[in-house]
Amino acid sequence: MEQVGQVVQRTEEQVLEPSPWGGGQSPFAVSWPKLMMWLFLLSDALTFAALLSGYMVARLTAGVWPHQAAIFNVTFVVGPMTFILICSSATMAVAVGAARRGERRLVVRYLLLTVLGGLAFLGMQAYEWTHFIREGGRLTGWAGHVPEGVLPPGAAMPAMFPATFFVTTGFHGAHVTSGVIYLLVKAVQAARGRASAESVEIAGLYWHFVDLVWVFIFTMLYLI
Amino acid sequence: MAPHGGSAHTDGPWYRTYVVVWFWLLVITVLEVGAVAVTLPRALLVTLLVVLSLMKAALIVAYFMHLRYERLNFIFAVLAPAILIVVLVAGVAPDGVNAVLLRR
Repeated sequence: MEQVGQVVQRTEEQVLEPSPWGGGQSPFAVSWPKLMMWLFLLSDALTFAALLSGYMVARLTAGVWPHQAAIFNVTFVVGPMTFILICSSATMAVAVGAARRGERRLVVRYLLLTVLGGLAFLGMQAYEWTHFIREGGRLTGWAGHVPEGVLPPGAAMPAMFPATFFVTTGFHGAHVTSGVIYLLVKAVQAARGRASAESVEIAGLYWHFVDLVWVFIFTMLYLI
Repeated sequence: MAPHGGSAHTDGPWYRTYVVVWFWLLVITVLEVGAVAVTLPRALLVTLLVVLSLMKAALIVAYFMHLRYERLNFIFAVLAPAILIVVLVAGVAPDGVNAVLLRR
């Protein structure tokens, strides 16, 4: 219940400090930076929703779709990637909690752990892309032979399969990359005592969002 | 340095919630992968996977992103635009569905 108490306390502080509300109360009881991050994330969520619904239509329209298990290594690559990203989200949550409690060293440690998770994810993503490109995946279609067991006999590889894969995971990977840089900057600031608890929390919002998007990408591109 | 804030009501340390959420996210992920491994009817599998992903999303947004602890007004303001995602999917889905029906 401590957390809730702290949130209430923060809210009171915000209400007490002179605010652009001219004596009125902020209707949301959150600061502008946090509200703007949420707004950005909402727009970003719609971007990914567009990519994924486009993928859905492309896949239904294609008629045949490759057997994912024959191309992607869910057990040893994509599964662990998902595991790492969930863990990095958990370490980020701890960093935010530590920032709220004012434990600077803990904040730095957990931010760096989160960065490490992000880098591991990106490394595995790079490995996966390399493998996929060597097999024949291109942004515009498939080059060369399709491996055995990927498609029903006699079927051609739909060009939308590699295209949607590269665009969707590429967009997400770019977000992870930005997130890693963002968190590194935050870690340096926190180490120098220049990161407010709230700014760490806002960085956390971004990072959790990246994890959130991966939940859907993982499900739609690799499992369904 | 593990501060144990909380009373004797088995509250646990302050990061307890994060650990619990992390655990459940992993459990659901394992369930998802398991559901694919077991042979299920296609419609059932897709429904199950979508429901499980939504559960994971809800956990992340509510606890990791702390939305659950924000003011109700703010929660509604954040969640309302998500309706646009439903509108988007409903807008493009007929194309895919028609393609499937035409092939039959």
